[in-house]
Amino acid sequence: MTIPISPDVGAAATAIRPRTGVWRALLRRRLALLGLLVIVATIGAAILAPWLTPYDPNEQMFDGLTLEGAPLPPSAQFWLGTDLLGRDLATRILYGARTSLIIGIVANGAALLIGTLVGVTAGFFRGWIGGVLMRFTDLMMAFPALLLAICLAAILQPSLWIVALVIALVNWVQTARVLYTETSSLAEREFIDAERTLGAGTPRILFRHILPHLLPTIIVWGTLGISTTVLLEATLSYLGIGVQPPTASWGNIIFENQTYFQAAPWLVFFPGAAILALALAFNLVGDALRDVLDPTQRGQA
Amino acid sequence: MIAYLGRRLVQSALILLGVSIITFALLYLLPADPVRQIAGRSATPETVENIRRQLGLDQPFFVQYWRYLLNLLSGDLGRSYIQRSQVSELIVSRLPASLLLMLGAIACELAIGLTMGIVAAVKRGSATDQALMVGSFVGVSAPQFVVGLLLLYVFAVRLGWFPIGGYGTWRHLVLPSLTLGVLGAGWYSRMMRSSMIDVLRQDYMRTARAKGLARGTILFRHALPNAILPVIAMIGIDVGIFMGGIVVVESVFGWPGIGQLAWQAIQRVDIPIIMGVTLVSACAIVLGNLLADIVAPFIDPRIKLR
Repeated sequence: MTIPISPDVGAAATAIRPRTGVWRALLRRRLALLGLLVIVATIGAAILAPWLTPYDPNEQMFDGLTLEGAPLPPSAQFWLGTDLLGRDLATRILYGARTSLIIGIVANGAALLIGTLVGVTAGFFRGWIGGVLMRFTDLMMAFPALLLAICLAAILQPSLWIVALVIALVNWVQTARVLYTETSSLAEREFIDAERTLGAGTPRILFRHILPHLLPTIIVWGTLGISTTVLLEATLSYLGIGVQPPTASWGNIIFENQTYFQAAPWLVFFPGAAILALALAFNLVGDALRDVLDPTQRGQA
Repeated sequence: MIAYLGRRLVQSALILLGVSIITFALLYLLPADPVRQIAGRSATPETVENIRRQLGLDQPFFVQYWRYLLNLLSGDLGRSYIQRSQVSELIVSRLPASLLLMLGAIACELAIGLTMGIVAAVKRGSATDQALMVGSFVGVSAPQFVVGLLLLYVFAVRLGWFPIGGYGTWRHLVLPSLTLGVLGAGWYSRMMRSSMIDVLRQDYMRTARAKGLARGTILFRHALPNAILPVIAMIGIDVGIFMGGIVVVESVFGWPGIGQLAWQAIQRVDIPIIMGVTLVSACAIVLGNLLADIVAPFIDPRIKLR
C-alpha cells in the first residue's frame, strides 16, 4: 500500500528547516541585504543614542537658534540642524528611532498575535466559531483602517502604549484573512487526517503540524507588517494624536516643526527620510523573505 | 448573476449594519464627552445636563442606537453637535471635492504604476527592471504626509508651478492627486509587472512570435490588453486606501473634502459627523469591493461568481 504524500509538505519543510539557508539566501539578495543593514543601523541608533550624540534630545540650546529665534540649518556643530525650540535635530531623530522600533515591534507583534489567533481558530475549527470570526473580519475590512485609527487615537488620551494598542486593533485583519485561507486548506490535507487517525489530539495537530506550516507566512506578514506599523505611527504622530512631545518620534518632529517648513525644509526632510528608510527596509526584507520561504512564489513579482 | 448580486447586496447591507453598531458603540464607550465639548469649560452642571437631555445622550445605549438607526433608514444622519447643520448636507457639500481628488489619484496611480510595470516586465531582469521595482517599494513605503510636504516644497514653494493649497482650478488638483496616488502607483507597478510577465509566458505569445509579428505589435496589440484588464479591475479595492489617505492629504493641502470634515469632527468629538463619514466610507469600500468582484468574471471568464 502506498500512502499519498502531498508534494509541497516536503517542500515547505525543506524551505524552513535549514535556518542558515534562509539567511544565506537573504544575504545573497542585494536589496534584502540593504534592508537588513538599514534595520540593524536603526536598532543600533536606538540602543546607542546616548553615546552617539553629545546632546540631550530635550535640551533647548542657547546657541541652537538664530538671533531672530529661527531654527539653524545643518552645520558642523548641529549635523542635521536644530528644530524650532533649538534642540539638535540629529539627536531627536536618533531617539525617535526608539519610538518607531518599540511601536513597530509591540504593535505589530500584538496585531500578528490577534490575526494568528483569529485566522487559525476560524480556519481550523470552522463551524459557527469560524463563521462568526470571519464575518467579524469581513466587517473590519469595511472600516477604513487609517480613519478608524485616527478616530480612536484622537479620542483616547494618546500615549506610546495607546498608539501601539490602536495600531494593533486595526492591523490584524489582513493576517487573519491570509492565515484563515492557509489553515483551512491545510486542515483538509491527508497528513492531518492521517495524524488524527493515529490518535493525535487537537493541540498536537495544531502546534506540531498546522503552526509550523504557517510559520513562513507568519514571518513574512510579520516583517511586512512592521513597515505598515511604522508608517501608521508616523502618520498618527504627524497629526498630533500619536506619540506626544517631548518624547521624540519621527512623525511628531514633523508635526512640531510644520510651521517652519517653508523656511527650514530639513526639519521635514530628515525625519521623513528616516521614516521612508525604515519602512522601505522592512518591505524589502519581507518581500525577499516571501521569495525565499515560499517556493511556490519563487520567480514571481 | 441576479441571485449572486442579491446575496452580495444583502451581505453588504449586513456589513454596513455591523459597521454602524461597532462605530456607535466605540464612540459611546470612549472617554471623551461630547457634551463637555459643546457646553465649554465654564458651563454649569445644569446647562451640561440640559444639553445632554436635549441631544438624547442621557438615554441608554440601545435606545440611542435604535433612534439613530431609525433616522438613518429614513436618510437622516442627524445634526452636527457644533455646526448645528444636517450631517448629510455637510457630507454632500464636501463629497464632490473628495471624489475629484480620488479621480485625480486614480489617474496618477494608473499613469505612473502601469507605465512602470510594463517597462519593468518588458525589460525583465535588467537594471531598469530592478530600479523600477525599488521605485515601487519606495512608493509603497513613503508616508503620504512627507510626500505631500515635499511636493509642496519643491513644486509650490520653490518652483511656484502650483498653488500652495486650496481648491478650484486643475492646478490645485495636481499635487494632492499625486500625493494620494503614490502609494497606489507602487502597488500597480508590481501587479502590472507580474500580470504582464504572466501573459508574455502564454502559448499564444509564442505563436505570435513564431508568426514573425513585430515586437511592438506583439506587446501592444496582443499582450497589453490581456495584461492590463485584471490590474485595472482592482481599482474598486483602492477605495479603502483612499478613504484613510484623504484625511492626511486633505489636511496637508487644505483640500475641502470629507477627509477634512472628518478630521475637524474628530478633534471636536462631533460624533454625528464622525458616524456619518465612517458610514459613507464603509459604503464606498463595500461598493468598491463589490464592483471589483462583479467586474472580474467579465474580464477573465475563468473566474466564476459564487
